[in-house]
Amino acid sequence: METIVMIKQVPDTTEIRIDPSTGNLIREGIESIINPDDRHAIEAALQIKEKLGGSIIAICMGPSQAIDAISEALGFGVDRGILLTDKCFAGADTWATSFTLGRAVEKINNYDLIICGQQAIDGDTAQVGPQLAEYLHIPQITYVKGIKEITEKKIVAKRLVESGYEIIGCGLPALLTVVRELNKTRFPRFDWLIDACNKRAPIEIWNAADLGVKAYQVGLQGSFTNVISTYTPTFKRRGEILEGDSQRMVEDLLTRLEENHLV
Amino acid sequence: MSIWIKHELCSGCGACVKVCPYAAVEIIDTKACINERCTECGVCLTSCKEKAILTDVTEKTVPDFSDRKGVWVFAEQRDGILNRVTFELLGIGQLLAKELNQELSAIVLGSKIDKLIDPLAEFGAENIYIAIHPSLNDYRTIAYTSVISKLVREYKPNILLIGATHTGRDLAPRLSRRLGVGLTADCTELSIDPEHGDLLQTRPAFGGNLMATIINRYSRPQMATVRPGVMQQIKGKSPNGPRKIIKSVSLSEKEIMTRILEVVKEERQKVNLNEAKVIITGGRGVGSLEGMKKLEALADLLGGEVGGTRVAVEEGWVTVERQIGQTGQTVRPDLYFACGISGAIQHRAGILGSKYIIAINKDPMAPIFQVADWGIVGDIHEVVPLLTEKLQQR
Repeated sequence: METIVMIKQVPDTTEIRIDPSTGNLIREGIESIINPDDRHAIEAALQIKEKLGGSIIAICMGPSQAIDAISEALGFGVDRGILLTDKCFAGADTWATSFTLGRAVEKINNYDLIICGQQAIDGDTAQVGPQLAEYLHIPQITYVKGIKEITEKKIVAKRLVESGYEIIGCGLPALLTVVRELNKTRFPRFDWLIDACNKRAPIEIWNAADLGVKAYQVGLQGSFTNVISTYTPTFKRRGEILEGDSQRMVEDLLTRLEENHLV
Repeated sequence: MSIWIKHELCSGCGACVKVCPYAAVEIIDTKACINERCTECGVCLTSCKEKAILTDVTEKTVPDFSDRKGVWVFAEQRDGILNRVTFELLGIGQLLAKELNQELSAIVLGSKIDKLIDPLAEFGAENIYIAIHPSLNDYRTIAYTSVISKLVREYKPNILLIGATHTGRDLAPRLSRRLGVGLTADCTELSIDPEHGDLLQTRPAFGGNLMATIINRYSRPQMATVRPGVMQQIKGKSPNGPRKIIKSVSLSEKEIMTRILEVVKEERQKVNLNEAKVIITGGRGVGSLEGMKKLEALADLLGGEVGGTRVAVEEGWVTVERQIGQTGQTVRPDLYFACGISGAIQHRAGILGSKYIIAINKDPMAPIFQVADWGIVGDIHEVVPLLTEKLQQR
């Protein structure tokens, strides 16, 4: 079983602050992590490998420091890592990203299963997985919260929907996007992490020329959508702190709720 | 498009070899030659003193889309019942269509859909594109992608909106890749750019810390998924009744590639905090399952739901499908009670759409008070039961 896991390095958004004077995100000092859903994708791949054998490749597109995400993946037990990095990959929307990842998968040219996290915590789009599946003309199962059966030839998975879940089967190769309910992630092995930071670690770095793509097909140039403006959401609130003892405050609150026809 | 070297001008100096990030230029017989590794990035162009490197690479231009007309809405149905996001899409669709002076259409796929036509028309669909086939009974990615992509190619709509539900977020990206168009996820605001008529698509990013406005200038239809529970439903029947366009469909199981073996309903999934008018949420200050019961009593009295912060979920006081905030659900009730919640940005981001926020916390410095309409500095174990009691008396 040859599995490819797509991982993204993201800023830990739980740590993000907004600069009050500019309204911009403060990224300095924010730790970069493997996107949480992608950790579950790695775990799923490891469990499948433990059952069926084979190997796991982790692919990450990002700036050169995203190699840390790949090293960490190797620490979990992923066999090989590929970092897709190039100036011209920068600013990619999901269309350009799925194309770039698709070319990398075509270059590897040997896989049974691709596993992605459901969505990344920085963009929250959940689009790259299905777009990659379409690029590769393979079936997709999204929101995977359980794997009922997997063999070299097919997979049966539980797909989370609003009213419960569906049990979906398809032949391989296929692409899954997984949610955190799927599994509990393990800790990386310290010795493997050290090995992963070694110069001879099985990590390759591919640029646009290695993928055989043109600069205008990738990154910002290869994107259909553009961010034209950003702003920090603000909401006007009354901000009234009620005073007095508990009885007084509760009475006052009820009066205000009644005045606004809320109860 | 390509980049090439005029060998008559090339001095063989090798400057271009040095600047090329891809090792795509080599000196062969004293002349620079471009090999197959060239990505046409153009870095070499300015490096050449002899101006021997030429290109026909041009600036990206916006194609002429004047033949693209109409706002389309994907009508999502399960078991013959339309998802309420469909009506919300028709609501915003009416506003966009009016602004553009174009027609609003719905696309509905299924095996039995007769009963769905009237409600779609009642909420503003002027045209209804219908595809009926046994294979379309339950949503499956490739079946729906195939049928909708054919409709879009034939009728060339300008805008295509899909609900950001589990179905929509499975379908929309697959469809966008097949159609070769851009897609914006999970929009919370849509409007028309008065200058160029492009769809302005606004969505939260970085866990709600930032709002981004995105346009899709280079491809049509302009596709977006829209967050459920955000847009207003608007009744609005077209005077001529809806025009029905029925499309014949041929689909084989082989091309669909996936099979639904079973559909399992789970009661717990029915908690839809999105639709709750009142939500009482507990955080660390709740302290125990017992503490949570006090919140539940208030919720019952107000006909609301209880929710929890990440901490409350991790402690097991509240189940995971009731988690509110960045990693849980985003909610917009009329009335939101934050009880014993300090108000980390992740939590605040998930509740900012609430009409009124009431914060109850012992710590007067808790950031939750910054986003509250009314704050009570006090112990929730005392204040919440008192509030419940006084409400009962009224």
